[in-house]
Amino acid sequence: MNGFPYLLILIALPLIGAGVVAGMGGAPARTVKLTALGFSMVELVIAAALWVDYRGLLSQPAVNTSPVTKGIQGLTTQFPVTVPFGETFSVSWIPSFGVHFSLGVDGISLVMIALIAFLVPIVLGASWEEKLPAGRTIGGYFALILVMQSAMTGVFAATDVFVFYVMFEVMLIPMYFLIGAFGGLRGTYAATKFFLYSLIGGLLMLASIIGLYVASGRVPSRVAAGLGGTLDWVTLRGIAHEIPTSTQLWIFAGFAIAFAIKAPLVPFHTWLPDAGSEAPVGAGTLLVGVLDKVGTFGFLRICLPLLPAASTKLAWLIITLAVVGIIYGAIVAALQSDLKRFVTYTSVAHFGFIALGVFAFTTQAVSGAVLYMVNHGLATALLFLVVGMLTARGGSRNIADYGGVWKVAPLIGGFFLIGALATIAMPGTNSFVSEFLVLIGTFSRYPAWAIVASTGIILAAVYMLWIFQRTMTGPVRGAAVVAPAPNDAPVGGSSVADGGAVATQAEPKLRVRFGDLSKREIAVLTPLVVLVIFLGLYPKPVLDVINPTATVTVNYAGYHDPLPSARTLGLLDTAATTGTAATTNGGGR
Amino acid sequence: MTSSGLLAQVLLAAPSDPIKAPSVDLTAVMPVLIVLGAACVAVVLEAVLPRGQRYAAQLTLAVVAIIGAGAWTVTAGLNHRYAVTFSGAIAVDGGTYVMWGVLLALALASVLLMADRVSEPGGAFAAQASVRVGSPRDRAQTEVAVAMQTEVFPLTLFAIGGMLVFPASSDLLTLFVALEVLSLPLYLLCGLARRRRLISQEAAVKYFLLGAFTSAILLYGITLIYGYAGSIKFAEIAHKATAGGSSDVLLVVGIGLLVVGLLFKGSVGPFHLWTPDVYQGAPTPVTAFMAACTKVAAFAAMLRVFQVAIGPMAWSWRPVLWVVAIASMLIGAIIGITQTDMKRILAYSSVAHAGFIILGVMALTQRGASGVMFYLLTYGFATIGSFAIFTVVRKGGGEASNLPDWAGLARRSPVLAAVMSLFLLSFAGIPLTSGFIGKLSVFTAAVDAGMAPLVVVAMVATAITAFFYLRIVVLMYFSAPRSGLDAAGQQSGEPFVVVPGALTGIVIGVSAAVTLVLGIAPAWFLDVMQVPWPLLS
Repeated sequence: MNGFPYLLILIALPLIGAGVVAGMGGAPARTVKLTALGFSMVELVIAAALWVDYRGLLSQPAVNTSPVTKGIQGLTTQFPVTVPFGETFSVSWIPSFGVHFSLGVDGISLVMIALIAFLVPIVLGASWEEKLPAGRTIGGYFALILVMQSAMTGVFAATDVFVFYVMFEVMLIPMYFLIGAFGGLRGTYAATKFFLYSLIGGLLMLASIIGLYVASGRVPSRVAAGLGGTLDWVTLRGIAHEIPTSTQLWIFAGFAIAFAIKAPLVPFHTWLPDAGSEAPVGAGTLLVGVLDKVGTFGFLRICLPLLPAASTKLAWLIITLAVVGIIYGAIVAALQSDLKRFVTYTSVAHFGFIALGVFAFTTQAVSGAVLYMVNHGLATALLFLVVGMLTARGGSRNIADYGGVWKVAPLIGGFFLIGALATIAMPGTNSFVSEFLVLIGTFSRYPAWAIVASTGIILAAVYMLWIFQRTMTGPVRGAAVVAPAPNDAPVGGSSVADGGAVATQAEPKLRVRFGDLSKREIAVLTPLVVLVIFLGLYPKPVLDVINPTATVTVNYAGYHDPLPSARTLGLLDTAATTGTAATTNGGGR
Repeated sequence: MTSSGLLAQVLLAAPSDPIKAPSVDLTAVMPVLIVLGAACVAVVLEAVLPRGQRYAAQLTLAVVAIIGAGAWTVTAGLNHRYAVTFSGAIAVDGGTYVMWGVLLALALASVLLMADRVSEPGGAFAAQASVRVGSPRDRAQTEVAVAMQTEVFPLTLFAIGGMLVFPASSDLLTLFVALEVLSLPLYLLCGLARRRRLISQEAAVKYFLLGAFTSAILLYGITLIYGYAGSIKFAEIAHKATAGGSSDVLLVVGIGLLVVGLLFKGSVGPFHLWTPDVYQGAPTPVTAFMAACTKVAAFAAMLRVFQVAIGPMAWSWRPVLWVVAIASMLIGAIIGITQTDMKRILAYSSVAHAGFIILGVMALTQRGASGVMFYLLTYGFATIGSFAIFTVVRKGGGEASNLPDWAGLARRSPVLAAVMSLFLLSFAGIPLTSGFIGKLSVFTAAVDAGMAPLVVVAMVATAITAFFYLRIVVLMYFSAPRSGLDAAGQQSGEPFVVVPGALTGIVIGVSAAVTLVLGIAPAWFLDVMQVPWPLLS
C-alpha cells in the first residue's frame, strides 16, 4: 500500500535511537537509558498501529492495488490485498542485480515484528541495572540492542530475498558484540562460535541465493520475456514451479542448512547453549526469543513458497531432524547443571516442534507453528528473564547452588512457575494452543511422527517440574542462596539486589544472600505474564492474522489440508477459498 | 641525419616489401604517457633539485600526474574513445578505461601513504638505502630520523606506468615489457624499508629472484605460443587456435607457462610463495601498493589474455584453473589461520581473495569481467586502508605487526579499531560493506558460467578466512591490552598508536568511506564499471 511507511519507520527508528544513545557519551546513565526506552516505546506504538492497519486491510474486499504485486499474472488477483503482502514499500537498490529494497508484511511477519516491538522495551527494562564488564557503558549496550531490533525487524519485513539476506547477516554483528563484549567469562568464545556458525550458514545461503538468482533468469517464462534474474519474492513465487526440481534441491540445501543452524535444529544446535548462556540476559532473551525464529521463519518465507518441489521432497529430512530435536533437546535439558543452558536446551526442543509444524504442510500445523514462534518468544523470554534475575542475585548459574528459592523470594518462584508452565504447554497458557495445533495438524498428515513428538510433552513436564522442584521448593539451601558462614561476612554477599538481605523465620541462623524482585522487575515481567495467559485463553486475535497467510503458504508448497473440508481444486482456487475456512477453524476451536 | 634520410628513401623506393608505419594514436594512451612522462621528469628533479625541495616537488608531481591521468581516463572513457593502436600492440577499450580508473584510484591512495612522514618519523623508507645495515652511519640516520629518500616517487610512477600498459597490451611482447616495467621498480621498492632493513632486503631479493624466474617462464611460454601461431598478437593467436592445424602441444604448454607467469603476479596459490615474505618485509606502504595495484594489473591483464588470446582454448586451461582456484582459496584460508603476524595474515588473505577473483576471470563473460574489476576496487581500498592502519599501530621503533600487540586496541583508539573492523568485515564479505557486493558480483558470474561447485568451495573458504579476521576483531575488542609494563621500561614493550599524519589519515578515511559507500549504494559504480564484452584486440 502507498499509505504510511510503517515498516520503513520501524526499521529506521531503532537505528536512529541507537545513534542518539551511542552519541550521548557523557550524559547521565539514567537519561541514556530513558532515551533508549523512549525510542523502543515509540516503536511499540508504531507496531501496534501497523497491526491495526493490517487488520483493516484484511477485511477489505479482494482488490489488488499493491504496486509490487500488481501485474504478476495469475497469482494475486484473486487474493485480498494483504496476500501476499500488505504495507509494501519498495525502492530500487542495485539495478544491475535487479535488487529492490522491498518491505512488506503478511500474517507471519506481522506477528513476529509485533513480538520484537513488544519484547525490546521489556528487555531494556530488564537490563536496567545490568552489571557491565569494566570499560563498557550502558549506552553502548542499549544502542546495540536497538540496532538488533532494527535488523531483526528488517529480516521479517523483507520481501526481497537479497534484503532478507543482508538483514540476516547484519543481525549478527550487534549480537556478536553483545555476547562478546557484555557477556560472561566465556563470552568471547561463545560470540565467536555464534558468529562462525551463523556466518557459515549465511554463506551457504548466499550461494543458494546466487543460485536462485541465476536459476530465475533461466526459467522459460522469463527467458521468453527477455528478463534477467530476480530476487523479488513475489516474482520468484510466480515462477517457483518453473525452476527444475534438481536445481531446487541444491538451492534448498543451502537455505536449509542456514535456517537449521539459525533455528537451531539438532545437529547444528551446539552454538545456542554457549551463546545463550554467555550472553547478558537481555541479549540472550532476544537471541532465544526472536533471533532464532529467523530460521523457522526462513523455512516459511523462502523454502516453502519459493522452492516447493524441493520442500516436498526433503520434508522427511527436516521432520526427522525436528522430532530428533524434540526428544534430544528435552533429554539434554533435563541433564543440564547450568540454569541458562537448561533454558536454551528447552528451546532446542521447542524449535523442533516449530519445524515439525512448518513441514507438516497443513494449515493447522503451520498456523500452530507461527503461533508457536510467538508463544515461545513470550514464554522463553519470561523464563529467561526470571532465570537471569535469579542468577544475577545468586552470582551462580549452577542449578545445584539453588534450593528453596520460593521461601526466600516467592515472587521469583511465582514468575518462574508461570514461565515453566507456559514452557510445558499447560492448558491455560499460550503454548498449549500452539503445541496442540502443531500436533493435531501434524497428526492429520504424519500420525506416526505426531505420536513420537507427543512424548516431548511428557519429557518437557519431566525436566521442567524436576528443575522447579530442585531450585524452588524444599528447604532453603545452596551456595548461591545461603551465605557460607553466618559470622564471616559483614554484608550478605557482594551481589545483593535491590531487596536487601532477608532472614528466614524457620532457621534464623541462615543468612540469605538476596531478596525478592524489585518493583522494576515486577513491572518488566508482568506484561509477559498477562500475554502468556491472555493468549492461552483467547488466541483468536493472533490466529486471525496468521491464518490467511498460513493457508496460502501451505498451498504454495502444493499441499491441501487432508481434512474433510479440504478442497480438491487447483492450487490457487484452494488458496482463495480456504483463507476464510481456516479463519473459522482457528477461531472456532 | 643522412642515414635516416637514406633509409626513408630505400623504404619508399621498395614498394614490393612495404613496411607500414604503425598507426600511433597518442591521445588514446595519454594516461600512460602522462604517468611515464612524469616519472622521467621526476628522475630529472631528483638530480637537479636541492635535497630540501625534492619531497614537496616529487609528491606534487606524482599526485598531479596520477590525478591528471585519472581525469583523462574518466573523460575519454565516458566519451567511449576506443582505439587499437601501435599496430595492434595496445588496445584501449571500455575495459581498459575501467581497469585504468581502478588502478589509478588505488595508486593515488598508495602514493599518499608512501609520502607520509609523520606516522614513521622521516617516512617509511630508508634515508639512504645504500648505507650498510647496522653501520654507524645507518644507526645515526635512524636515530635522528633523517627524511626518506625521494627516489621512491619516480620508481612508483614507473611501476604505475607499467601497470597501466599491462592490461592494455594486446600482444605478448608488450605484455612482457609491461610486466618488466612494473616489476623492476617494485623489486627495488621492497628493499627500501627504514626499519628492519635486513628483512626488507631479503624480501626484495626473494621477490626479485622468483620474479625473474617467472619472467623467464613467461617468456618461454611466449616463444612456444609464437612457435605455434607465428604471431605474437592476441587476435591472431586466437584465430590460429580456432583454425587449428598445428601441434596443440606447443600451444597448450605455451599457455601453461604464460598463465603461470600471470598467476604469479596476481599471487594466486600455489604460485603465491613469495607473497607472505615480501608482504612482511617490504615497507608497509609498498606492501599496500603491491597488494592493491599489482593485483589489479595482473588480473586485468589475465582478463584480456584469457578472453582475447586463449579464449578459444578454454577447454585446455579451464580445468586447470579450477584446481588452481580451489588450491588458492584453501591455501590462503587454511594457512592464514596459523599466522601471527598481521602482514602475513593479510598476505594469506590476499591469496584466498585471489582465488575468489580468478573465478570471475574464468567466467569469460561481461558479468565476470565487470565483477572482477569491482572486486579489485573494493578489495584494493580495504587493503590499502588496513595497511595504513598498520603503519600507525606501533611498538618501540617499528610497527606492531605481531598479533598479540593488537590486544585491546579498541580501548586505546576506538575509531581506529572500528575502521579496522570495517575493513575486516569487508574482507569477510559481510553485507553493507563493499566486499560483499564484490563477492556477490564475482560469484554470481561464476554460478552463471556453470561453476557452482567452485562457489560453494569459495563460501567455505570465506568462512575459514572469517575465522582469522574475527580473531583480530576479538583481540581488538574483547582482550585486555597487553601489559608489557615492566617497572622500568615502558618504551620498548608497550604497543601504542600514533596519531596518523594528514596523508595517512586521508587514506584511512577515504578507504573507509569507499568501503561503506560501495557496500550500501553500489548501483552507480556497478553501472559505470561495466566492462564491455568482448574486449578489443
